[in-house]
Amino acid sequence: MPLELPRVEWATILPETILVVGAMLILLGGALLRRRLPAWVWTVASIIIAAGAMVSAWDLWRRVSHNHQGGAHTAIANAVVVDGFSVYFALLTCGAVILAALMADSYLRRERLNAPEFHVLMLLSASGALLMAAANDLIVIFLGLEVLSIALYVLAGFAQRRAVSREAAMKYFVLGAFSSAIFLYGVALAYGATGSTNLGEIAAFLRASVSTHAVLLGAFAFLIVGLGFKIAAVPFHMWTPDVYQGSPTPVTGFMAAVAKAAGFAALLRIFFSTFGTHRLDWQPLIWALAVLSILVGSVLAVVQTDVKRMLAYSSISHAGYILIGLQAATVRGLAGSLFYLLAYTFMVLGSFGIVTLVARDGDARTGLDAYRGLGQRRPGLALVFTVLLLAQAGVPLTSGFLAKFYVISAAVEAHSYALAIIAMLAAVIAAFFYLRVIVVMYMAGDEADTADADPIRVPFGAGLSLAVSVVATVIIGTILAGPAFDFARHASILRL
Amino acid sequence: MNAFDHWALSGAVFIPILGAVLLAFVPKRLEVEIKAVALLTTVVTAGVGVYLLAHFDYDKTHQLQYAVDRSWIDVISSRYHIGLDGISLPMLALSMFISVLCIVYSWDHFPEPHNPKAFLILLLVLETGMNGTFVAQDLILFFVFFELVLLPMYFMIGVWGGPNRQYASIKFFLVTLFGSALMILSFLALYFKVTLPDGSHTFDIVKLASVHGAGIAHGAQLLIFGGLFIGFAIKVPMFPFHTWLPDAHTEAPTVGSVILAAILLKLGTYGFIRIAIPILPEAAKSWAPWIGVLAVIGIIYGALGCLAQRDMKRLIAFSSIAHMGFVMLGISTLTTYGINAAIFGMVAHGLITGMLFFLAGSIQERFHTRELDRLGGLLLQAPRMGWILGFCAMASLGLPGLAGFWGEFPAILSTYSPAVGLNLALFRTFMVIASIGTVLAAGYLLWMLQRVAFGTVKAEFEHEHIHDMHGPEYLAWTPILVLIVLLGVVPGIVFRVTDKPVQKVTVAHVEQRRSVVTGQTAVGQP
Repeated sequence: MPLELPRVEWATILPETILVVGAMLILLGGALLRRRLPAWVWTVASIIIAAGAMVSAWDLWRRVSHNHQGGAHTAIANAVVVDGFSVYFALLTCGAVILAALMADSYLRRERLNAPEFHVLMLLSASGALLMAAANDLIVIFLGLEVLSIALYVLAGFAQRRAVSREAAMKYFVLGAFSSAIFLYGVALAYGATGSTNLGEIAAFLRASVSTHAVLLGAFAFLIVGLGFKIAAVPFHMWTPDVYQGSPTPVTGFMAAVAKAAGFAALLRIFFSTFGTHRLDWQPLIWALAVLSILVGSVLAVVQTDVKRMLAYSSISHAGYILIGLQAATVRGLAGSLFYLLAYTFMVLGSFGIVTLVARDGDARTGLDAYRGLGQRRPGLALVFTVLLLAQAGVPLTSGFLAKFYVISAAVEAHSYALAIIAMLAAVIAAFFYLRVIVVMYMAGDEADTADADPIRVPFGAGLSLAVSVVATVIIGTILAGPAFDFARHASILRL
Repeated sequence: MNAFDHWALSGAVFIPILGAVLLAFVPKRLEVEIKAVALLTTVVTAGVGVYLLAHFDYDKTHQLQYAVDRSWIDVISSRYHIGLDGISLPMLALSMFISVLCIVYSWDHFPEPHNPKAFLILLLVLETGMNGTFVAQDLILFFVFFELVLLPMYFMIGVWGGPNRQYASIKFFLVTLFGSALMILSFLALYFKVTLPDGSHTFDIVKLASVHGAGIAHGAQLLIFGGLFIGFAIKVPMFPFHTWLPDAHTEAPTVGSVILAAILLKLGTYGFIRIAIPILPEAAKSWAPWIGVLAVIGIIYGALGCLAQRDMKRLIAFSSIAHMGFVMLGISTLTTYGINAAIFGMVAHGLITGMLFFLAGSIQERFHTRELDRLGGLLLQAPRMGWILGFCAMASLGLPGLAGFWGEFPAILSTYSPAVGLNLALFRTFMVIASIGTVLAAGYLLWMLQRVAFGTVKAEFEHEHIHDMHGPEYLAWTPILVLIVLLGVVPGIVFRVTDKPVQKVTVAHVEQRRSVVTGQTAVGQP
């Protein structure tokens, strides 16, 4: 029997291809030309590649949203799907890559680390994220998950000279591998219960059979656990504070934005669209995960004295808010989660960008004390951080407010009143620790280390990255709110 | 409506923030220019305000004028809907008026750590928030402005405040945010639960008020009102949500205290009149007795609290709790009479208590203390300030002929006959207790006046030269004092504006009364 190879529609996986090929080229170039070329070349190359992927994703977006030439469709033997959802995540991820690369440029020089490999790993990791969002098969999701994660394990330990970085990499690797195994086990159970790993076929099977088999419930549980690790939802968050704190700060920002977005892409596609018919079975699990993440994230962030660690806990609570949209299991909820991820990407990359700059040589000064009197020393930087923190707290006129508003309105619409109330009250707790950083920046006395031999510098690339983040955070919250919502809503059109 | 009318109200809201943006580009060292730009901004805003007042149709105060209704964030069905009616008008005017005076007052004494640029930027942002809240006719727009007010005030207290400023500013922010969290949930519940006759959902306050919460089960109405109640009651603040107020007032810089007392507290009571009561009249009726109870507790508690204070600013802060108790008591009757009195009380309290905080600030600047035990003999050292303090104390305790009287007295009187369906005996009990409150008010205010202004100068300040009023103080205070007398003598200028729109607020209860009355005659006929 001849082996039948599926036709590969390259156009549909062009963004992923650009990222992977680009990463290979940088790797090759790095091996041959490292001594001859200055380090910034790799940053520029990496940005061009990500921008290229973005352009090709935009082209797909135009086709999908205007519905000519087929609109949303599956490709490569139904293994991947091109719809608003997948392209949305492609655009988001590539944007995050560009911002993180800009931020990493000065960081790598400051820490005297090898430049090309860093960008290679970041691009590969991003290609994994794109694959997860575009996958139409549980196996392909797993593939994307591994590509994403393995590159991230290495990135977490990229600052080899620092023990905390090596420790973070180790911890992330062990727990990440563990969660991947659990995810795979969930895939196996789903296959056992439905007879396929293809999401479309699973959905078709589930539509036909209303009853819920115990094996299927097991699959739900294992898939949620496996992806719960990636999005850092409580109780699968144990690794987050240590890994976020130990990793090189630009990597932390990248990890917080991209790994979480990819995890959510898989979670939303698997549960919202594929297992949508059985939502009554998995909604309680997501409910518990959301409440725990919001509460534990907010409460534990309050007691932190390290800003990096505090932001790690705050990203846990953000995961809880995004889960609210999934819990609602409505179109409004899905659009809310997607909009939240858009707002979150800019907020979190910007925030960790500030931490990168303030940490200075050795990536060490991440304690609250390092921010004392920042309002006097670097007023611009302090202002940017203030806006980003207020956005994370959900203050109106920032994207953070609309994001919270949107997911909570989805919860109210779906009659999840308890969840809505808990989320809003936790937002008040969360406001406390964001405000505490602002207090330290503006209101502490002048005993700050003004005679510091190592002043905070804002290199051009990092400054640009911060400017983009803060401007996006403000305009998505004000004048561009309408188009941004439309963008997220278009992305919520899923095709099976 | 000509083009200018169309833009005027938006101008009144956004000119201050444009001024703030402009200020951001003026270098820090050009202090005079910075102050001039800020003053000019508020004066231009007030000029637009005067235009709005002059062209306002006073025969149709119940209608929204200068209304603008444009799409804003379509996806969440929130619209940019603003408009001015007789309830908004006095509040907007007060807000613009006080903003100008605050800048005049702080002209050459900015509190530590100085930095007029940042201070004035915050002040202008604050004005946009306040003006916007008073004209917003969309729940989300209202919420955005309502929250916008929080941040500048937080920084004002936290950076320019007294020794305990960090605690006070964070407490202020978090407590208010807690209220806002429940408030926005109630807004969302209103959106999803209220169905308009055409089957759509809306955040529009006017449309929501026109259906009186039709279609929501009574229990759900009670809960939604509860969320709104907590949000607004914290801002007012009503007992037992008042704990942030004394701290915030005590630590805030003078101008912060003035704005807090004159405008920010009114956002809460305004919310009751604009949103909670018209949209959910039935729930308002069930909640009214509880609001009344908390209001009279606030009156007595605030008064007793005053008698226990040693700090002048803290005393005035507690007196605010008592005065806002009268306002809330008027609102709790759900009658046209009571709510008119409440709005008058809001304006009067804004002027009088704002003025008292100005005085407390000036006294502190001269004596470097606000402790009542250390002050004394102000009339000997600075007679003009002493007399003004006396005048304001009289106004505040509700002396007839001054503005305070028309807020307090009708509010008490309105409890004699609350809206139909409310417990008559209970409200008349409130009346008695509130009357005792006025006696206590006279007690603490005269006590304060006696200790600060009368008597002899304390030994530590005997040889100190205390400067009486100076230029900016004359400029800032005279208009307020004139208005306190004017409103006291001719209260009709406010009542005439507020009466018709207030009738619209209470219309649900009036309709109910009519149906009860006709029902009785129907029974009596055979």
